[in-house]
Amino acid sequence: MTSTLTQTPPAIPEKREITTKPRLTDRIFRGVVTTGGLSSLVILGLILIFLLFNGYNTLKVQGIHFLTSSSWQAVTNDAGTFDPKASHFGIAAMLIGTLLVAVIAVVVGVPISVGAAIYLTFYAPEFIKKIMVSAIDLMAAFPSVLFGLWGFFVLESSGEYWAKLLNKYLSWIPFFKLPAPYVTRSPFIAGLVLAVMIIPIVTSISREIFSQTPLDRMQAAYALGGTRFAMLRAVAFPYARSGIVGGVMLGLGRAMGETVAVYTVLNIVYQVNWHILFSAGGNVASMILLKFGEASPNEIKALMAAGLVLFVLTLIVNSLANIIVSRTGKSGR
Amino acid sequence: MSTIEKVTAPKPRKPWAATPLDRSKTAGIVIAAALVSFVLVAITPMKGKLAYAAIFFLAYLIIDFVVSFQKAGRPAAVDSLFRGLVTTAIAIAVTPVVSILVTVWVRGHKGLHWTLFTKDMHSNSFTDPVSQGGLLHAIIGTFLLVIVAMVISVPIGILTALYLTEIRGRFTRPIEFLVQAMSGVPSIVAGLFIYAAILIPFTKTVNGIQGSLALAILMIPTVARTSQEVLKLIPSDLREAGVALGGTQFRSVALVVVPAARSGLITAMILGVARVAGETAPILLLTGGSGTKNYNVFSGSLGSLPNYVWQAFSAGTPESITRAWAGILVLLIIVVILFTTARVLGNRKVGKK
Amino acid sequence: MTTESEENQGDEMEATTSKGSLSEIAAARTQKQPGSNALGVGLEARGVHAWFGEKHALANVSLDFWPGTVTALIGPSGCGKSTFIRTLNRMHEFIPTAAMAGEVLLNGEDIYAAGVDVTKIRLKVGMVFQKPNPFPSMTIAENVLAGLKLAQLKIENKDDLLEECLERAGLWAEVKDRLNTHGGALSGGQQQRLCIARALAVRPQVLLMDEPCSALDPGSTLRIEETISQLSSSVTIVIVTHNMQQAARVSDYTAFFLSDGGPGQMIEVGSTNDIFSRPKDERTENYVTGRFG
Repeated sequence: MTSTLTQTPPAIPEKREITTKPRLTDRIFRGVVTTGGLSSLVILGLILIFLLFNGYNTLKVQGIHFLTSSSWQAVTNDAGTFDPKASHFGIAAMLIGTLLVAVIAVVVGVPISVGAAIYLTFYAPEFIKKIMVSAIDLMAAFPSVLFGLWGFFVLESSGEYWAKLLNKYLSWIPFFKLPAPYVTRSPFIAGLVLAVMIIPIVTSISREIFSQTPLDRMQAAYALGGTRFAMLRAVAFPYARSGIVGGVMLGLGRAMGETVAVYTVLNIVYQVNWHILFSAGGNVASMILLKFGEASPNEIKALMAAGLVLFVLTLIVNSLANIIVSRTGKSGR
Repeated sequence: MSTIEKVTAPKPRKPWAATPLDRSKTAGIVIAAALVSFVLVAITPMKGKLAYAAIFFLAYLIIDFVVSFQKAGRPAAVDSLFRGLVTTAIAIAVTPVVSILVTVWVRGHKGLHWTLFTKDMHSNSFTDPVSQGGLLHAIIGTFLLVIVAMVISVPIGILTALYLTEIRGRFTRPIEFLVQAMSGVPSIVAGLFIYAAILIPFTKTVNGIQGSLALAILMIPTVARTSQEVLKLIPSDLREAGVALGGTQFRSVALVVVPAARSGLITAMILGVARVAGETAPILLLTGGSGTKNYNVFSGSLGSLPNYVWQAFSAGTPESITRAWAGILVLLIIVVILFTTARVLGNRKVGKK
Repeated sequence: MTTESEENQGDEMEATTSKGSLSEIAAARTQKQPGSNALGVGLEARGVHAWFGEKHALANVSLDFWPGTVTALIGPSGCGKSTFIRTLNRMHEFIPTAAMAGEVLLNGEDIYAAGVDVTKIRLKVGMVFQKPNPFPSMTIAENVLAGLKLAQLKIENKDDLLEECLERAGLWAEVKDRLNTHGGALSGGQQQRLCIARALAVRPQVLLMDEPCSALDPGSTLRIEETISQLSSSVTIVIVTHNMQQAARVSDYTAFFLSDGGPGQMIEVGSTNDIFSRPKDERTENYVTGRFG
């Protein structure tokens, strides 16, 4: 034993690296493609840098009040120049409004989308499926200004009817109270329009996940005497759950960033309003559009800061969503 | 060895398919539900199309539940109920599409006339009668904006897709992630970015190219992701065949992979265009909304369809609203044509010419 | 189920000992004899045909499955035996283009008759698949009782049923201490026995097994075969297998299927002994002696 230990171990040769030196054309090719591939990183980085660069002053002067207060006043001093100290920029009302309309959109839109996806995956005859899928995908390509106009002229009247109904029977829930009898152009209506707008994306993601439900488990459920609903509950729902949560968050991200449609159907009022049926609200994106027209260069910098907040917010929501969605396929659950 | 005896086969049947009796039962339930909704709307204060629809669906679900319960018990009844619910969901999901298409046609076709395509708005205002002035400048503007955006974003998008499928370097996962994240960038943020990066430091005024750049940012993720899907479908033996024959990877990609994926890549391009053609928010910040024809994207205010619709809607008179709907009808027709083309191309088998 | 007579058991043993190994295996097993199907119990296929779209996959199969016996379906790939077994509990119809003809009688009643509740048929005719497919989101106990939940059946004492089914599937001893862990940690063979326990929990009259061991190692295969032998007294078993030794080891009856490129047909059926020792058809003999297939 000892002798073997004292012996010098046989020298392990260095691992050879297998290299094939690519030819020049290939190196150029790989360089060009890699540069192109990195563009998304570059663009996202530039967006962050430029918004930060322009919004930094506002954020520094306003500090945390930028997120917690709800006043927007660009003050000019006696000399007629912008006074950053006296000006107040805070987007709390718009942040709350952003979340409020996006959550309404998700609460209304997601059950419809998931139900539609289940119908299309497990129930629809082939020809109906084709038509419905095309129709819903087409909706994804509709311009947002169209949703805005449709919401303003068509959905508004139905929305008012539902709003009054909700207020009549559910006003004991604080959200459905009305401080004054104005129900037009409320966050509720904006939420409904956004719900319609996120239906295509949530439906298509749910559909994709449901269609990957393992066939052998579905068969097992049927072979045990399950109805289609029993099979869905035992197999498809557990399988698809987390992926659909991801899809919902993608929808949420979409709804939070929507500008024109919200601007069109919502009465943008710069105050915190939790009463979703009441005619006042707003979101960060539509506020930027609203203030942009008559903003001074310095106010525009404050709007850049608001844009930065919105950008970071949607980036976080989207990233979480993508992580959840991409995990679903692999975990086998 | 003797061959297997030929048998005269009976007629194939599908005993599990709905029989005429089943169909008539379903029809009966639908009719009953419709009757209930008519009666309830007639005798109660609930009124309107919505009341009809809501009562109809509820009545259908309840009657169907009871019928299945009687026939096959609770599990079957719950199954029927769920089927009814998801059918309702798809009906609700498709209703807006139909409603939007009908609305746009009904309100927009009144504003359609030939001068829309031959005149611009340089001597008219939005409140003028609909027969005066036209959309020509806006159509040209949208066309230019989209073409330039396409020229910028398609190479970048396809290169990104090639990186993700062909090179598969160490950045593959992060880039895939970033492309996904980029598809969630709000359009107003893209607009603000170009405003901050180009308009403030350099141009100090509106022009077309700024709009195109913002649209390109929104278009890249669509192009990249759709192209990636298409390139993934190209069988890898096709690539290997190219390389094994002694070609460089570049030749293999340029002469084998990309041509095989051609129609798919065109689909990706068209889908990207359809995604941004009606984009409004960045246009409002960056391009201006001139009513005069402008062929130069590098200078001067450039009108476009979304901008036209927006201004017409904001003007708020009956004439201008009709203009807005006519504008959106034209925009929608363009989008639908693009979308249908992409669909038809995309349904062709990858790898076929 | 029914009593099986074992009168001429001795005869067969003698007659087959001189033949090849398969027949020896078959002979070494105590073969059950058919009970009388005049009671109208059990499963019968009558003139069953199956199609996938235009393709005629299976032609004119008539076969009785005696209560309390094991019937093996053997034959080369693509001979329609899997298609046939799936017509027996109406799993065939999940392929959108599928069609069929003929009758399948369960206790004398056609399971394809109009108005038959297909979920009730599948409760009586259970199925175990090629690949073990326990529900990964459920624990072992939940998996066994999944059928009850799926079909919304009420049961008095779940624990007793759980133990009984796992016992019958030969899995109780191995999992009794971890009933509330997820099934994914079990080995392939254990998962397959879990699937058998799951199928047994709804108390089926017939258990269909579609190549239940094809994804398993030899040790697990043997274990499943033991389970099948133990089960065969209480439930009618139909098993599709590629493995002729397996057919010889576990089955009382064997049916040989073959396709000549056209629809698959049943060439011959008989007691397992007969099929492996003195097949009537030349093609069966060629197959069981390994000359083709």
